Amino acid sequence: MFKEFAKGLSITLKHLLPGNSTTVEYPKQKLKMSPRFRGLHRLVPTQTREKCVACYLCPTVCPAKCITVESTENEQGEKYPKVYKIDLLRCIFCGYCVEACPVEALEMSDTYELANFKREDFTFEKERLLR
Amino acid sequence: MTPEVLSLSNAPALWAAAMLAKILVAFSVLMGIVAYATWVERKVIGRMQTRLGPTMTGPKGLLQPIADGIKLFFKEDIIPNEASKFAFVLAPMMILAPALISMAVIPFGNAYEFTFQGVTYLVPLQITDLNIGVLFIMAMAGLGVYGIVLAGLASNSKYSLLGGIRASAQMISYELAAGLSIIAIFMLSETLSLSGIVAAQQQPLWGITAFPSWMHNWYIFSQPLAFGLFVVGSMAEINRTPFDLPEAETELVSGFCTEYSSMKYALFFMAEYANMVTISAISATLFLGGWDGPFPGVINFLIKVFGFMFFFIWIRATFPRLRYDQLMQMGWKVMLPLAIGNIVLTAVAVLLWQ
Repeated sequence: MFKEFAKGLSITLKHLLPGNSTTVEYPKQKLKMSPRFRGLHRLVPTQTREKCVACYLCPTVCPAKCITVESTENEQGEKYPKVYKIDLLRCIFCGYCVEACPVEALEMSDTYELANFKREDFTFEKERLLR
Repeated sequence: MTPEVLSLSNAPALWAAAMLAKILVAFSVLMGIVAYATWVERKVIGRMQTRLGPTMTGPKGLLQPIADGIKLFFKEDIIPNEASKFAFVLAPMMILAPALISMAVIPFGNAYEFTFQGVTYLVPLQITDLNIGVLFIMAMAGLGVYGIVLAGLASNSKYSLLGGIRASAQMISYELAAGLSIIAIFMLSETLSLSGIVAAQQQPLWGITAFPSWMHNWYIFSQPLAFGLFVVGSMAEINRTPFDLPEAETELVSGFCTEYSSMKYALFFMAEYANMVTISAISATLFLGGWDGPFPGVINFLIKVFGFMFFFIWIRATFPRLRYDQLMQMGWKVMLPLAIGNIVLTAVAVLLWQ
């Protein structure tokens, strides 16, 4: 019995020595997210416009129905989204939109600090998603 | 000129001033230790569990006790409708007061010598040297139970009541073992006064003069079993983990202090740590020679007290809580017979030696 007591005490004493803490001091120090992490969405830009061709596959596949797309054509006759909106309050970050996209115009970044003060701030328009 | 002991009869004004100074210093040092014991406990337990403990309040989280104090002070003071108001308010005071009073009889240093108007006075660094010091400590430790039971009863809540009942059973059964283990010390020292016990521990080790003069007769060497029983027993008596059944969070929410908030809760918290300091001081005085040691008296004493407190924190970080039947079994079937056996052995040894 006393041997086990001593063993337990020695383990805790060993942990007391500096350098044994496993804590990440979060706001000061952040872990690198894995490449598969599903954070805030990002529309991939090309030289002149966004890559998105407004095919409506992402709003179709979205289980939370949080993506709004309205398509038009530009001068060259290419389709592009006039409106591309994601309501993050409804979004469940499942990543189906990224999987569905045929032109890889949508991806998910590693941004996870998405708190905000107003409800309107959670609606991400095209300009904010293109960043 | 031989110094005379400062007393009420030879210099009343000086005596009163010295007394007041001693009380103020002892009280403020005790409260300081209590405040920072919470910080040390959180830091050390955090490290031992590979966490960091408080880091945000001030450098290394050093302002955490102050932040805690301010927070608790500004919390709403709730008294439940069904509670018995008078007893509910009285209970936290009844826990804290005995914990602080016990410090009055503990000698924390060598006598301090000073000259005033041509007369050299000797001030014993001990608030009062009762000739029944140890009995007084046992009495105060016994009083601590009433506060907890009263808190449990007055809250009129089932968790508090269960906590109170557990506390009464546990503290009474462990007080027996702790008290009986001290009896072996009186047998050796032949005095109940704590300063007398410290003086007795400055004799040569086991009464053998052949040992080098720095080896003193600390009672831990002649009474190791009593030392172990006393430390474990008093740990159970002040409800430290692994014996913190009265406030077992997993079963009883927070035990006897479930219904308390604001400063009343803070008083319970302070009492817990004040008890820890007191028990450390008593163990150091009875078994480790009090203020005896290589450094100036007060420093030796503080080192021993801090050592004990670190040990208690270390235990808390390591061991899980006992089950209730195991606790009772250990108290009555293991520790009590061992304590009685120790008394018998010591009695036989004392008889044979004389």
